[in-house]
Amino acid sequence: MKKNNWAEYQKEIADDKYYYVRSCIRQNFFPGSEAAFLNILRNELGRDICDDPNHTSCTGIGYHSDIVPLETTMAVIARQFAMMTEAGYENMVASCITSFGLYSEVIDMWEHFPETEEKARENLYKATGREFKKPKNLAHASDVVFHHREAIAARGKHRLVNASTGAPLRGVEHIGCHYAKIFPKKGVGGSEFPYVLAGMIEAWGGEVVDYPERRHCCGFGFRNYLVMANRGSSVANSKKKFESMAPYKPDFIVANCPGCAMFLDRWQYAISEMEGVTYGENGGIPVLTYEELAGLVLGYDPWELGMQMHQVPVESLLDKMGVEYDPGAKYLGRDGKYIGRPEDTALGGCSRC
Amino acid sequence: MENTIAIIGGGVAGMQAALTLKELGMRPVILEREERLGGKLNTWDRLFPTWTPAREVLDPLLEAVRGAGIEVRLGAAVEGVSPDGRGVTLAGGERLAAEAVVVASGFDLFDARLKEEYGYGIYDNVITSADLETMFREKRVLTADGRVPRRVAILHCVGSRDEKVKQNHCSRVCCITGVKQAMEIRELYPECEVFNFYMDMRMFGPGYEEIYRQSQEEYKVVHIRGRISEVSPTLDGRLQMKTEDTLIGRPMKMEADMLVLLVGMCPARSNRSLAVSGNLSLGDSGFFAAADAFRGNTRCGENGRIFFAGTATAPKNVGESLNEGTAAAWQAYRSVKGGASW
Amino acid sequence: MVDWGYTINKPRAIAYDANDHTWENALQEAVPVLRSCIGCGNCTATCTAGNFVPFNIRKLQTLVRRGEYAGLRKELDKCMLCGKCRLVCPRGINTRKMIVTLKRLLAQPVAAGIPVAPGAASTAGQR
Repeated sequence: MKKNNWAEYQKEIADDKYYYVRSCIRQNFFPGSEAAFLNILRNELGRDICDDPNHTSCTGIGYHSDIVPLETTMAVIARQFAMMTEAGYENMVASCITSFGLYSEVIDMWEHFPETEEKARENLYKATGREFKKPKNLAHASDVVFHHREAIAARGKHRLVNASTGAPLRGVEHIGCHYAKIFPKKGVGGSEFPYVLAGMIEAWGGEVVDYPERRHCCGFGFRNYLVMANRGSSVANSKKKFESMAPYKPDFIVANCPGCAMFLDRWQYAISEMEGVTYGENGGIPVLTYEELAGLVLGYDPWELGMQMHQVPVESLLDKMGVEYDPGAKYLGRDGKYIGRPEDTALGGCSRC
Repeated sequence: MENTIAIIGGGVAGMQAALTLKELGMRPVILEREERLGGKLNTWDRLFPTWTPAREVLDPLLEAVRGAGIEVRLGAAVEGVSPDGRGVTLAGGERLAAEAVVVASGFDLFDARLKEEYGYGIYDNVITSADLETMFREKRVLTADGRVPRRVAILHCVGSRDEKVKQNHCSRVCCITGVKQAMEIRELYPECEVFNFYMDMRMFGPGYEEIYRQSQEEYKVVHIRGRISEVSPTLDGRLQMKTEDTLIGRPMKMEADMLVLLVGMCPARSNRSLAVSGNLSLGDSGFFAAADAFRGNTRCGENGRIFFAGTATAPKNVGESLNEGTAAAWQAYRSVKGGASW
Repeated sequence: MVDWGYTINKPRAIAYDANDHTWENALQEAVPVLRSCIGCGNCTATCTAGNFVPFNIRKLQTLVRRGEYAGLRKELDKCMLCGKCRLVCPRGINTRKMIVTLKRLLAQPVAAGIPVAPGAASTAGQR
């Protein structure tokens, strides 16, 4: 039913020489994702990407929670750009959707209110003695994976198809609000029919599920989650999405936002505890980051990708894809030491490990 | 050539202007971009508020134009107009000398794909009011897979009163079109529910309010005050719509088999080149700006020889466009032959 | 059991398709002219009760016409049946009949075949 009209929205995505800015929270929630991204670009695709230890948070979480003023945010972002300039790069790639949105927003504000850019330059120079050039190309990391999706497919060891039946796996794609709802033209496919994740699913053999609440926000919303009194509405938004997507029997959810992936995964547990309801045929719908999805396609070990840290067990998806994995290694750390295992939950826990 | 008046556009306003000028002894030449006369009315089935078949308005006009021996040039797109009204330039560069020009170039329908949230061109059963008229003409109002719809939703103001798509104006005739189409669906399928989603009901013409009320009471069309914000597909091939029932103050969701978008009237794409070449001013929305809103509706200035008729200046209904054809013709005649300027 | 410190919010959206439209249909059959309401609010503006207690007769009947009956009885009890709303209605809606019809619907025992509407369950059939 859904016809492709995304082609009308194309954005320029740099092909090489990236300066990478990380997410504040993803390394805790999906600890293998950013490492997988760097590995795919460097070792699979032979691209130059700079992972600079000197860069910082973009202040996004503080900014959107009203605790970091705009001037401070601009100065911090100016410093990020200075780091990129000093490292000799022009193409910035953000790991986090809110960072991507905030960089886009600040660049746009500087365009419309040049005096704010002057002020940011002045503040940065006074505080650090640094100067900067604005990025020539700004992309989200999912844009970059989208850009290289065919090359990844060509190198892939697995496809998003049911290994025993050959049927395409059904993927729900969830786009972070700050990816294209602030600047629809800065997102592949625009804001209503974004194609950035759908393009990956299709290139890797899967089928995209278009369900009624596809465009609905996951509900994270910073204050809506950070303040406990508001969490009821935060989780209710995710629940609305689960209820809407469940009849389509999706095999997995893939998200491109740190918050979305985290909440779509963890809220399934919260809902199962609070209301005794689970979604999906296996006690939960696995939620992946796009790097994890790319990693599985490329044949990476799921535990190397950090997928043991998911709340919803991913084994159902691994089995469908025909990914080989060692159940006994799930809770072994990188040094082979047992890291402990969580208690079983209604989501199935690790009864099979 | 002496007494030649170039008429840009062969829709109802242009034809009416030509007929009037012919009667006044002038030599009107209708320049029509398409391969047939009649303009948008060719595509419409029946007209509000009387359910009159569009052909019954169009055919006598076409017959009269033919009978009067009016010169008609089809496939003749006008690209420029002389600022003094002494001629026009056709696509391809041909120049046609004239003593005055009547701009009756009409409107374009809003491209519903620009309102991406409704999924026109993506979801099969999201159609426009113009598509529905085609279905009415073909007597086949069915979903894409050939089913009789059980519920149809009609959304007002698509491409009207919406700065997101640079259409700030009200297209006027969509409200009454929505009421008409809702009633026609109910006539066709008495079992089919019809919901109209509106922001304001603008029943500006004689008999319009009466049929609005008739649609509510007799035809049981439900009018819900609120714009649809988003349309998505459901598992069983229907459409899910989100809106606010603003008379209650709560969001609402509802499914339908078919969604009709009442697409607005946009300034014709040709307005810009005509305006630049002829030194004509455009209003905020891009329609031509007439001399004034009272006594100068069909004139471009105090002593000019360029006149306007129909939807070139603003959204209008068929009757208003016809009247302006007559008014513009008289003023063009006076500008050439002299006489009191009223 | 985990103490979450919060619960999951219930949806506020009117789920038109999930709602029961029995009473809505019964009301519109009894007072067909109600369909011609243009939401002007004249009834509420002049309402004896609504000027001193939170009571909005325009909104109340709109809710019923969407299949939303929660709190209906409590609301209806606020009406003083003075009839001023009927005098001012530009569409000639018999608002008094509308109120009485709703009260009758609420009073019908469940056995009469009228499904118990959400929010009306506790009071239906008591009179």
